[in-house]
Amino acid sequence: MAHVIIGAGPAGVIAAENLRKVAPAAAISIVGDEEGPPYSRMAIPYLLTGQIDEAGTFLRKHADHFSQRNIDLVHDRVDAVDSEASQVRLAGGSTLAYETLLIATGSRPIPPPIPGIELDGVHPCWTLEDARNVARLATKGSRVVLLGAGFIGCIILESLALRGVDLTVIEMERHVVPRMLNEVPARLIEKWCAGKGVRILTATRATAINRGGSAAGLEVTLDNGETLPADLVIAATGVRPNIGFLEGSGIDTDQGVLVDRRMRSNVSNVFAAGDVAQGVDFSTGNYSVHAIQPTAADHGRVAALNMAGRDMEYQGSVIMNVLATLGLVSSSFGMWNGAEGGDAAELVEADRYRYLRLQFEDDVLVGSTSLGLTQHVGVLRGLIQGRVRLGRWKDRLVADPTRIMEAYLAATRAIGANRRIL
Amino acid sequence: MLRSLKLEPEKCTGCLQCEMACSYEQEGVFNPAKSRIKVFTFHHEGVFAPYTCTQCDEAWCMHACPVDAIVVNAATGSKDVLNDVCVGCKVCTIACPFGTVNYNQDTGKVIKCDLCGGDPACAKACPTEAITYVDADQTGLERMRAYAAQSAQISPGS
Ligand SMILES: Cc1cc2nc3c(=O)[nH]c(=O)nc-3n(C[C@H](O)[C@H](O)[C@H](O)COP(=O)(O)OP(=O)(O)OC[C@H]3O[C@@H](n4cnc5c(N)ncnc54)[C@H](O)[C@@H]3O)c2cc1C
Repeated sequence: MAHVIIGAGPAGVIAAENLRKVAPAAAISIVGDEEGPPYSRMAIPYLLTGQIDEAGTFLRKHADHFSQRNIDLVHDRVDAVDSEASQVRLAGGSTLAYETLLIATGSRPIPPPIPGIELDGVHPCWTLEDARNVARLATKGSRVVLLGAGFIGCIILESLALRGVDLTVIEMERHVVPRMLNEVPARLIEKWCAGKGVRILTATRATAINRGGSAAGLEVTLDNGETLPADLVIAATGVRPNIGFLEGSGIDTDQGVLVDRRMRSNVSNVFAAGDVAQGVDFSTGNYSVHAIQPTAADHGRVAALNMAGRDMEYQGSVIMNVLATLGLVSSSFGMWNGAEGGDAAELVEADRYRYLRLQFEDDVLVGSTSLGLTQHVGVLRGLIQGRVRLGRWKDRLVADPTRIMEAYLAATRAIGANRRIL
Repeated sequence: MLRSLKLEPEKCTGCLQCEMACSYEQEGVFNPAKSRIKVFTFHHEGVFAPYTCTQCDEAWCMHACPVDAIVVNAATGSKDVLNDVCVGCKVCTIACPFGTVNYNQDTGKVIKCDLCGGDPACAKACPTEAITYVDADQTGLERMRAYAAQSAQISPGS
């Protein structure tokens, strides 16, 4: 059996490792177009703060990790897939035949439609290459304008602030992380960051980027009439799945590659995983792209098992994020904005920067958002994904949303002997 | 035979010796807030329940880690955090559906139970044998694990 994987990010690598576990004799190749060993984009913020070096971003730490597992790493780009002939065409001109194919090509940043976005000194912060560019320009005291305060923007925000730059963040929506948190905790994050010297302008758009008067500098014009001088502009305004090379391949795409609960596309020997896959969302049952690490890991594993002929069905991915903005930790899970006909429990302690909101459907937790919560956060996933019936614990959580662990332990009888007593 | 922590709330008096022992063993301070095992209080029922990582086979924390900082300890079966590799991204804290991986704001790293390398301090400190370290198949862990499997996302196809 020959398995070919396109993309050497977490989804591709985890798939290859899982394939090897269940298919000891199969040929496994990963074709990846980025230089160097497979790495994790998620580690970039910590590279920027200097906490780790580039080796610290590597997905696997031993140089012979892949050769030991007889996984062939091919450094090349796939230009096209011929799903009828079951082969991929590489940029180098050669072809590679497969029996099963995994598309794990991730996503790429989409430049915002602003004149001047192509100028030198404007960078996304998505790849290791981008990170090197950002690190070069984001030096102590340099003026940095960050476009976008979504999840990725906010993660980079912390790294930039820790590098000691003079930072201004522009977000066109009403508040930061609009796809992760509602207004109450988002405003607390804004206040917290302002208190630490980071200027965040919400409901504001950049309308143009120009070469400034001085040779090195840029100028960012905003729709509020202001012009900001900048040594570096970072665009963190969103990403889109890498599916362009699939045009004409016969593989169905929408926002990403459409896959079923086995991560299989409309072509029976072609699968997709990670940021590029549009798979089942656990909460809504709809097909969506979840550009997050835990989904990439889950997808990679499910895809691998099915590629190896083990019939495995996926319940779908729970969207989940955890963020730290200058030390303030926030999280969101599942239907964090609530379900239709559902109800919520909320705890607001603005002066302590603490917030917790639980979303219920009947007596089942379906989503949550939190601020300032660092202990036992994962149990929110457990409650959501286990579709745990809370019974009388629902009312107790409404009275005190912080008792999530107690609710979990009692409602699931998680501890071996406690059936009688809880 | 691997051993596991057996947790028996009916024997727990809520004295918190386990939390003290854990934080001292792991962090060098007597501070329940830094303990990897936690005693949860159920006032209505008058029950105390010690709870920590079950070292589950699914190891959601380990698989979600973007930098390979969580590894299986071959001797004990525990899933251990490598402090020098952990970047503190906290993805494992949301990936673990049991809520037993926590972020330590002081160190900027995550912490979880590692069975103290095979000699868990909590079990030694427990005066009432509510926490014991026994052969894995005696712990009642099957139910926890059965539950984990049920709540897991992946099931054999039909
Ligand atoms: C700065 C930053 C911080 C992040 N923080 C978090 C976080 O805290 N939590 C979280 O859950 N997620 C986070 N993410 C998102 C997370 O990194 C992604 O969800 C994850 O990388 C997805 O993995 P993947 O394998 O699907 O895709 P990728 O990691 O993007 O890997 C895909 C690979 O395929 C390659 N490729 C693409 N097209 C081709 C082709 N035609 N031929 C060959 N190779 C190709 C790409 O170059 C890339 O190397 C962050 C991302 C960034 C950039």
